[in-house]
Amino acid sequence: MAISVRIPTPLRKLTHDLDTVQVEASNISELIGSLEKTYPGIQERLVDEQGIVRRFVNIFVNDEDIRFLEDQATALKGGDEVSIVPAIAGG
Amino acid sequence: MEKQNRFFTNLKCRECGRLYEKKAIHVCDYDFGPLEAAYDYDAIRSAISRERIEARPQSMWRYRELLPIDGEPTVGVQVGFTPLVRADRLAKKLGVRELWIKNDTVNYPTLSFKDRVVSVALSRARELDFKVVACASTGNLANSVAANAANAGLTSYVLIPANLEQGKVLGSLVYGTNVIGIHGAYDQVNRLCSEIAGKYGWGFVNVNLRPYYAEGSKTMGFEIVEQLGWRIPRHTVIPMASGSLLTKIQKAYNEAVKVGLVEESPFSVYGAQATGCAPISTAMKKGVDLVKPVPKPDTIAKSLAIGTPADGYYAIHAMKETGGHAEDVSDEEIVEGIRLLAEYTGIFAETAGGVTVACAKKLIESGKIPAEEGAVLCITGHGLKTQEAIAGKCGEPRLINPSLREFDEKIGSDLAAQTH
Repeated sequence: MAISVRIPTPLRKLTHDLDTVQVEASNISELIGSLEKTYPGIQERLVDEQGIVRRFVNIFVNDEDIRFLEDQATALKGGDEVSIVPAIAGG
Repeated sequence: MEKQNRFFTNLKCRECGRLYEKKAIHVCDYDFGPLEAAYDYDAIRSAISRERIEARPQSMWRYRELLPIDGEPTVGVQVGFTPLVRADRLAKKLGVRELWIKNDTVNYPTLSFKDRVVSVALSRARELDFKVVACASTGNLANSVAANAANAGLTSYVLIPANLEQGKVLGSLVYGTNVIGIHGAYDQVNRLCSEIAGKYGWGFVNVNLRPYYAEGSKTMGFEIVEQLGWRIPRHTVIPMASGSLLTKIQKAYNEAVKVGLVEESPFSVYGAQATGCAPISTAMKKGVDLVKPVPKPDTIAKSLAIGTPADGYYAIHAMKETGGHAEDVSDEEIVEGIRLLAEYTGIFAETAGGVTVACAKKLIESGKIPAEEGAVLCITGHGLKTQEAIAGKCGEPRLINPSLREFDEKIGSDLAAQTH
């Protein structure tokens, strides 16, 4: 299914400056793999050697943090919007 | 030719150490690690001394060699140098030898420590030519950005959770800023802001200007050191929302040693949270540094209700490295903390202040802060901003008619009762 992915500024060098890309995937794990096929180098920015999402990377599906869903097993369906956002906070 | 600050040299990734130019960027391109301001401490060491600092105006900018702007500050020039108040009666009540209150409830202009970080961020925003500044906020930051932007003639947008305390909402609206209330928790406001920052090119003080913003908090630590007579306090209790303030107080104490203002001495930092949103305290108590996000923060301490604190990891390491601890308290304990502080020191703090006092109480009771030692409590915002939290909990006025006889009967007998 076609999933829309919002790319944060630091990664746009890898996606030819596109801020939104479309990929085919049925869960987040697959999505990262799909992104890597089209935009090589993006996978190692998102996950470490063990395949765990890096500490400062937050991934959202339709505005829900995947850590509150099923992490990388979180299922995706056509029309879903995924956002990759650097972790920041302040008050 | 633009003035360049030779003391503030680069931005640097806290994770991998990669160096970056001093622009409006906040994440490392490689691992998304946060960028931090980097300094030439040797150069600073040669340039400053206690005497030089003491001769400067009483504001946070007396420490300007350790702050990340290139020229002179243009926003918030009078911020800081708030009172450090010795609290003997409160110390006795809590069972500790010495207690000092770093009183940012009266910080200028918006009665919270946020004026420190905003002063740096907006001064830098001006240097980088931003016309619109903005923030994601749990209240105090919005007030500060709104006020300081108005003073500087900058357009501003402040994004807050829609259900914040009335005092904090009005306390932003009045300055003519654009207040955007989001139907959601702070964490959602924050995520939205990082996406807006990427798209609109505004100067978000706690997003793309964060490396500059964050450094302002160090001034609370420098002032504590100076006001104690140039010494680092043995124990400091600090409220934690993102965890940033705690890490910057540790940084300030370490920098004071690095640049030769004080001798090295042991110190511990303690983080204070509300039990209804205590992701950092929970991890610290478990002995782990992986902070599990809190999906639905639920506490009257709305200013600390950040379920995904990005500085959580660093705050835990700061506490661990210095032999400190974290603590968290219930809503009832928070109210008790506000009242204790007000009744024993005459300082009226917002909920975050109640959290800090209540956690200090627990840390002293458990012996983590030894009874024969002294502590500084960082009180970060004024109680008038979170009145809802104590409404109905401080008793009521006694109502009488304008009659001396009635007064004698109902009130005059107070003191007579006490002397018997």
